[in-house]
Amino acid sequence: MNLSALLFQLLQDTLVVLAAPLLLGWVNQCRAWLQNRSGAGVLQPYRKLIKLFHKDAVLAHNASPLFRFMPYILFACMWLAAALVPVLATDLPLSPAVDVIALVGIFALARVFISLAAMDIGTAFGTLGARREMLVGFLAEPALLMVFFTASVISHSTSLITIVETLAHTQFVLYPSLAFAAVAFVMVLLAENARIPVDNPSTHLELTMIHEAMILEYSARHLALIEWASALKLLAYITIGIALFLPWGIAAADHWSALPIALVALFVKLTAAGAGLALLETLSAKMRIFRVPEFMGTAFLLAVLGMLTHFLLGS
Amino acid sequence: MPALLPIDSVAGVILFWLALALLGLALQNAPRLIAQLLFPLSAIGALALAATALGALGGPANVAVLPLGLPDLPFHLRLDALSSFFLLLLGAAASGISLFSAGYFRTMPGRALGLLCFQYHLFLASMALVFLADDAYLFMVAWESMALSSYFLVTTDHTLPQNRRAGFLYLLIAHVGAIGILMSFGVMQGGHGDYTFATMRGSHLSGLWASVTFLLALFGFGAKAGILPLHAWLPEAHPAAPSPVSAMMSGIMLKTAIYGILRVTFDLLSAPLWWWGTIALTLGLLTALFGVIFAAVQTDMKRLLAYSSIENIGIILVGIGLTITFHAFHMQALSALALTATLYHALNHAFMKGLLFLGAGSVLHATGERNMGKLGGLIHQMPKAALLVLVGTLAIAGLPPLNGFASEWLLLQAFLLSPTLPHPYLNMLVPVAAAALALAAALAGYVMVKFYGIIFLGQPRSEKLRSAHDAGGWEQFGLAWLALGCIALGMFPMLVIDHLAPVTQFLVGHQLHGNTAQSWLWLTPVQPERASYSPLILFSIIVIGVLFSLLVVKKFYHGRLRRGPAWDCGFPEQSARMQDTAEGFSQPIRQIFEMFFGVIRELPSPFDKHPRYRGETIDRLWNLFYVPIIKLATTLSSLIGKLQHGRIHIYLMYSFITLLALLAFVR
Amino acid sequence: MTDFSGQIINLCAALLLLVAFGMLSQRRVLSLINLFAAQGLILTISTAVVAYSSHQSHLYYSAALTLVLKVILLPWILHRLIRKLNVKWDIETLFNIPATMLIGIVLVIFAFNLAAPISQMAGTITKSTLGIAMASVLLSFLMMITRSKAVPQVIGFLAMENGLFFAATSATYGMPMVVELGIALDVLVGMFILGIFFFQIRETFDSLDLKHMEKLKED
Repeated sequence: MNLSALLFQLLQDTLVVLAAPLLLGWVNQCRAWLQNRSGAGVLQPYRKLIKLFHKDAVLAHNASPLFRFMPYILFACMWLAAALVPVLATDLPLSPAVDVIALVGIFALARVFISLAAMDIGTAFGTLGARREMLVGFLAEPALLMVFFTASVISHSTSLITIVETLAHTQFVLYPSLAFAAVAFVMVLLAENARIPVDNPSTHLELTMIHEAMILEYSARHLALIEWASALKLLAYITIGIALFLPWGIAAADHWSALPIALVALFVKLTAAGAGLALLETLSAKMRIFRVPEFMGTAFLLAVLGMLTHFLLGS
Repeated sequence: MPALLPIDSVAGVILFWLALALLGLALQNAPRLIAQLLFPLSAIGALALAATALGALGGPANVAVLPLGLPDLPFHLRLDALSSFFLLLLGAAASGISLFSAGYFRTMPGRALGLLCFQYHLFLASMALVFLADDAYLFMVAWESMALSSYFLVTTDHTLPQNRRAGFLYLLIAHVGAIGILMSFGVMQGGHGDYTFATMRGSHLSGLWASVTFLLALFGFGAKAGILPLHAWLPEAHPAAPSPVSAMMSGIMLKTAIYGILRVTFDLLSAPLWWWGTIALTLGLLTALFGVIFAAVQTDMKRLLAYSSIENIGIILVGIGLTITFHAFHMQALSALALTATLYHALNHAFMKGLLFLGAGSVLHATGERNMGKLGGLIHQMPKAALLVLVGTLAIAGLPPLNGFASEWLLLQAFLLSPTLPHPYLNMLVPVAAAALALAAALAGYVMVKFYGIIFLGQPRSEKLRSAHDAGGWEQFGLAWLALGCIALGMFPMLVIDHLAPVTQFLVGHQLHGNTAQSWLWLTPVQPERASYSPLILFSIIVIGVLFSLLVVKKFYHGRLRRGPAWDCGFPEQSARMQDTAEGFSQPIRQIFEMFFGVIRELPSPFDKHPRYRGETIDRLWNLFYVPIIKLATTLSSLIGKLQHGRIHIYLMYSFITLLALLAFVR
Repeated sequence: MTDFSGQIINLCAALLLLVAFGMLSQRRVLSLINLFAAQGLILTISTAVVAYSSHQSHLYYSAALTLVLKVILLPWILHRLIRKLNVKWDIETLFNIPATMLIGIVLVIFAFNLAAPISQMAGTITKSTLGIAMASVLLSFLMMITRSKAVPQVIGFLAMENGLFFAATSATYGMPMVVELGIALDVLVGMFILGIFFFQIRETFDSLDLKHMEKLKED
């Protein structure tokens, strides 16, 4: 673990936490354009965060310490997830501490905490949101795990760094199993980040909401942290997707000269992915909540199929 | 005087427990003394046992022969790596449970408490003897005393008819299982007439007989462990027993069955066949999924935990199945990895489930309520218990950086690292099994959010909960011991693995190498670039993240805070009855997995003056598997009943005819 | 270069399987037709790649034929058909979709184990794809079983033919040109006849739901 790598790790930590709202703003802006609106600009999430940080916090009477503490844990978990994905270079000294299984575990940890906090006040909407979140989660989690496993059996490793190095820096090979994994991953991404068709982040339509129902009782700084964490989560998912399916351009270890190219590549990829996400959301309609398990089940089985295809075609 | 061998100290602890059992009977008039002296002493004994076993893990096997039992049939004892590990599990978990018991049984009347103390320590001692036995005779004696003492513990509250029924079911299945175990020992001794384990190790059975032994043992031990379809007693017996006893049964007693399977498969039978592994793997997956799906729809908190135990036993069995498969194909490193994960999970489960059952006991003690639909909001009344139970909840949900995650991580690694197995269908089974395991683990998260959220969070669902009291000092002590165990086992997986190495070396002849630099920090079962995990670093990053955000917010934020009524989208009427109940929370699971349940629904019509909703989920296996057996047994007994007339000379005639027939037969 | 074209064919095979599963999980008739067209396109690409790598020029013709028939003509006919019949809405499946997909996964495993000994003998570069071809035939069959309406069943039938065609190209570098032309003609004619049937069925029963056909049974 040399000093430059450590510095780079710190750089990435700072970069992701500052850039995450920008990505969210870009997705929202693209969505506005696609829906023929002018949009609020890509900086709108920052303005929203500043606004929330200025407000007075209101807590429900029977909020427990768990409720107050949760936003910080959520924020830390998502930050950790986003900071340890190799987005620019594979030389992240802390990344080996969290392999892909642990990454799924971190998302699960955050999910369990946000659901528990949603149940804490004891309102009808809070428990409804928690129940639905866990419903989405219990199928999304194994699906995500299977997507990772598909990449893992290719590279014989569960470490994201090794996966990226195998896929990006060895001879170019087409992996059919990754096609399945990619489709499953996109479905999981949509569900886990509360996007259409599973959830709609921009409404408080009571019958369909999942994520928003859980955080109804939060305000001011707590809400700001949760929103920021959501942005970090979106960034983490998209960068994971990039690392698994479009890893070209990520600098190898000790190739600092490739860093500017990596930065440009990342920018282009994120822009494209954000626009793609907005397009996908605009094209699809919100699903009935009863269809969500079916959607997630399909994602899970597609991911399993991806792993099977690897074994089948490989043997 | 020769130095004290570890086996002597273990025997000493067993004697100590037996003495405590008798003391409990003697001190029936002094319940305070029993609760606050004998149980803490028992905890110290358990701690000594754990320390001894830890020391004996890496050491050579100790053997002893006790001149007890029948003439010419002495008891053989043996302390090897496998028994040391399980004794460690027993001691470590039992010390927390005994500490908790000191507080929990405080208010019990003297007579009942004396008896309970007797049975409790007999139970402990017999479990320790099961691990120590080196011949089938002692093993069965200890096994049966374990079953009997736990039966009496389950029926402690024998005035309730459902408890008696639960106890009967438990005893019945335990004995059916014991027959299976006895028969497997019978096959293994192979006509030598000598029932010591040493002889069994020496007799190399042919493939067929070895398979028969394995299947019998799997059946017999499976009945004790609650493997599908022999699980029916578990969700009945665990809620019936007092909470510390449930904790002991679930945390420790189920592991005696795991011990038995491991002992028979890897030690007594020399070479396992690959299809045994497939059977164990499939059964384990079915058990795990079944357990977790049923846990999700329970409304009684202890039944929920009992079903969750079934799930965890399933996961452990998956690990055993994987170990057998790899071992049969001579992939020693992988089988060591799978075995390590199995043992690790067994140890973790003892801590996690012990903690949760004890926490449920504290709630029961404070509120007198087991139905989750009537609890809620206890985090305000019982903050300390709530915090400690939260640790157990997160651990059993398999979340980093706690211990449940570490063992599941290892197990998933064993799946992932498996190379192509020399059998096409088996090759396909591996990814599918990994997927099913991941699904079970994720569902466990659902179950645990429900468990914790409904009991401790939200608004209290009945008025009496507002006067609930927090767990007492002893109870907190016991809970904290187990919670610390969960944290420590999760944070230092490498140390755990190092201590498991002698066991895997003993059973499958290979061990995981963790002797790299900084081995306490990084968990790397194979090479670091293939898989690595560091709970300490992960945890410290999260802590740093939390502290950093707290500090930044504190520095730049004005910190104004108001309390007000809950917002709830502006909905004016809010009452505790509007929260999800336990049934409500599990509604999606009931919907998705409807085909596995038998669901009985009673829906109100729109015109009911007093609308009533009732939904009950029943176990279909009961109707599919048990009811036919019950019917068969009833038919057979009514047939045999025809022989009964009540007249003595007819009975004499039966004996006479039997005598004549036998005489004719031996002519 | 053959190595790389082998990879492309493997990818095409996987995509074919993906599309087959997509069809299995799809409720909307419109999306089914689009998926069918996508399947045809994948088939065209893979046939062309096989033709390129094995220098079998007649495969270029069959690729072109696939393109015209299965990507353009048949989807166009189907689109017209559902517009005329006004049946582009959701269709209910007989089983729920995850259960169907689970059965599908079992079928895939089965098909692969069935194809394994044949693949061992095949000398082509694409031998491992035979299992996928077989699996997609079985999956199309499964789709026909689980749908109650007539149009998805016809699409299932056409998709089955696609699977067979893929099996033929990947295992034996395609069938003789005459056979292929014959099959293509058959499919086209079959499509027309089924189209006429649809109108007849709807006229008789006022619906395309095939469960009404049960009435035709004599008691």
